[in-house]
Amino acid sequence: MADPKAAQLGVSVVKDPSLMTGAIPTKDWMDVPAIFKPGNYCYPAKAKMVEYHHFPNPREWTVESDDWKLDPNWKQIILEGMRERLMKFRSFKIFMDCCVRCGACADKCHFFLGTGDPKNMPVLRAELMRSIYRHDFTAAGKILGRLAGAREMDFGVLKEWFMYFYQCTECRRCSVFCPYGIDTAEITMMGRELLHLVSVNTNWILEPLANCNRTGNHLGLQPHTLKENTEYLLDDIESITGVRINPTFNRKGAEILFITPSADFFADPGIYTMMGYLLLFEHIGLDYTMSTYASEGGNFGLFTSNEMMKKINGKMYAEAKHLGVKWILGGECGHMWRVVHQYMDTMNGPADFLEEPISPITGTRFENAASTKMVHVSEFTADLIKNNKLKIDARRNDHRTVTFHDSCNPSRAMGMLEEPRYILKNVVNKFHEMPPNTIREQTFCCGSGTGLNTGEIMELRMRGGLPRANAVKHVKDKYGVNTLSCVCAIDRATLLALMDYWNPGVAVCGVSELVGNALVMDGEKERETGLRFEELAS
Amino acid sequence: MRILYPFIAVLALVLIALVGANLPGGQALIGVVLPYVAFLIFLGGFVAKILGWAKSPVPFRIPTTCGQEKSLSWIPQNCIDNPSTRGGVVIRMILEIFLFRSLFRNTKTEIHDGPKLVYGSSKYLWLFGLLFHYCFLTIVIRHLRLFTTPVPFFVSVTEYLDGFFQVGLPVLYQTDIIFVLAITFLFLRRVIMPQVRYISLPADYFPLFLIMGIAITGILMRYFLRADIVSIKQLTMGLVTFSPSIKEGISSVFFIHLFLVCVLLAYFPFSKLMHLGGVFLSPTRNMTNNSRMVRHENPWNDPNIKPHSYAHYEDEFREFMVEAGLPVDKGLPPSADEDPAEK
Repeated sequence: MADPKAAQLGVSVVKDPSLMTGAIPTKDWMDVPAIFKPGNYCYPAKAKMVEYHHFPNPREWTVESDDWKLDPNWKQIILEGMRERLMKFRSFKIFMDCCVRCGACADKCHFFLGTGDPKNMPVLRAELMRSIYRHDFTAAGKILGRLAGAREMDFGVLKEWFMYFYQCTECRRCSVFCPYGIDTAEITMMGRELLHLVSVNTNWILEPLANCNRTGNHLGLQPHTLKENTEYLLDDIESITGVRINPTFNRKGAEILFITPSADFFADPGIYTMMGYLLLFEHIGLDYTMSTYASEGGNFGLFTSNEMMKKINGKMYAEAKHLGVKWILGGECGHMWRVVHQYMDTMNGPADFLEEPISPITGTRFENAASTKMVHVSEFTADLIKNNKLKIDARRNDHRTVTFHDSCNPSRAMGMLEEPRYILKNVVNKFHEMPPNTIREQTFCCGSGTGLNTGEIMELRMRGGLPRANAVKHVKDKYGVNTLSCVCAIDRATLLALMDYWNPGVAVCGVSELVGNALVMDGEKERETGLRFEELAS
Repeated sequence: MRILYPFIAVLALVLIALVGANLPGGQALIGVVLPYVAFLIFLGGFVAKILGWAKSPVPFRIPTTCGQEKSLSWIPQNCIDNPSTRGGVVIRMILEIFLFRSLFRNTKTEIHDGPKLVYGSSKYLWLFGLLFHYCFLTIVIRHLRLFTTPVPFFVSVTEYLDGFFQVGLPVLYQTDIIFVLAITFLFLRRVIMPQVRYISLPADYFPLFLIMGIAITGILMRYFLRADIVSIKQLTMGLVTFSPSIKEGISSVFFIHLFLVCVLLAYFPFSKLMHLGGVFLSPTRNMTNNSRMVRHENPWNDPNIKPHSYAHYEDEFREFMVEAGLPVDKGLPPSADEDPAEK
């Protein structure tokens, strides 16, 4: 390990006494207070951000202080909020009641594996909430109190909630192993909603949300900037391939609206994925347009509240209607696809102004998207390859030995496991899977999802990402893997940091970058480099 | 304390029953009144809890998908772990409820120098959990002998199979031994494994001790103290026919056994034991993953939540958009230097 900090942390996770390394905590978890110190919490939202979203009690406050300047009535607000959510979400109610604390989930959480902090065991994370539920909503808890595992809501509990509901990436890995399907994501989502009721929130989530609402994307790229950035990418494509592509924005009457995370327009290595999409669509002559208004696939509302998720997501259908397209094609993004697949139609449908998606190239009817009318670019590409519609030269990716990281949401909240693999096997000659316990439905999170990809908690992220990094290291050592591919924009940003830290030398890319690199374009010049201007294998 | 208190509580229950059974009128209370009360609490509590859960809607379709989704026709779908049809869900639920499929996936993770994470298979919890539940079920079925005349065929068959090896007199039921072993495993696991010990509440130990107490008293009656089965059956039949009567001479251990069973019944709906009902209703398991194929309705969906509109967006950025050559819905207003009045 090149990074001395990484080497140090690598020893720390193995040797420091923690529940993961066999040290048994002496104090009952209810008696262990959450202590905030630099590096273990996300910065609170700035007052103007809270105000922008019309959340209550906008104020400047510091997490480490013991005065969070809360509404004097905050306890009641939280308990009322809990009551309301118990009535609205069956999942919440059942998951509060029927855990038997068997502990099967304990060592399934990447944050627990990386920190050894008992409260990062999914069961205990949920108990932080259940203890309050028992105290205020069950007879046993009311009568027996702590003996029944109940405790009163107080500032200490609020601090725990803020700490541990923001040390969960809602990746759902625990829910795969739970005999009752208890999904910590459901509990964390409720927890975060409740925290928002008293405006205990993080800036890293609220600011991108504000940007997204106003400019259409998290990064706050204004329409002309978005177009300009794309021009740079087109210039690069031209100098690499000799082909000039002219995509359109906000074009009415296009057949398909393409929406991808905004990071693909702007941030390394997402931009290479973007170049991949652009090359692919040019290659097949797709009649599509992109939108500057709905220029964000991601949805930080998912990490905030169901209302915010709905509001942000609403732009996709609104823009599809505005432009009069037939259906929507979605780019590579994890949580975006959780929203699109499991929430969009329910929240903002029915999309009866769109048509059931049919690939204009192959004629394939995407029956699995019949109602939502939105297709994943990997589904779309896999279909193209299967029908021999792409001219592919996989040797162009021979400088890469590739593995694939299943992103949490496409795997556990959708089940898109085979499509990206099928694509990879066609565009890459050297592909190796990571160990079975770390891929597909058992995949490990990058450690920085759900709005935790912020710099101030870097060590925590590197700990949380350790299980993923460790599996990559395994195939790096065994097969010489030098490229970690994925279908998620947050991954592309966070795995980059994770690889630099634990496995320097492993590049991170979107699957579509590898597609774009392998495509033999009409009228192209001989390729001397890949899409990153990197040298190809000789 | 987490272990001691529930242990003391169960001991206290045993004592109460023991004393009660030897007080005048105590046998009628434990043998007749209490079973009715406990059964009513169990039934009422169970139904109330289920209805309480069912009252809350399932606003979103949130199955945990554990396999390939239904997508392109040539990609084989995992119809059970990622069901898109009701039939698939039924199979998924059957596997979950009867075979504890999710628990079967259990692994144990260790961290070694390097750092290196190692994942090993870990099926013990699954195995003993399954044994515990099936033994419990068998024992409940065997007990139906006490509440039916004539004894139904399936009860006799269960008894026969359970004593298949014909060891001892009275014949030793395999389930009795396995049951005690399984429950001991579940208890020791809680005490020994640091992670599980740390998360365990008194509410986790109490039912274990209680069920252990029931098992021990039951075994004592059958194999060692030889309770008067005829009188007991008379009492239990009396209970189901609503004409209860208690004969003299039923041993105290029976009343302890019955008392603990009543406590278990009455405790059931208010405890984690309701996972029996909860597993059927768990939305991450009992829903089809077809949310892109069929629209799922949310009864409290708020139509007033609207996105920031395109019109507002264009109003804010129109000038930039026009300058960048992006299409706009409304043109720019005539600017000042083009104002004809000035010319």
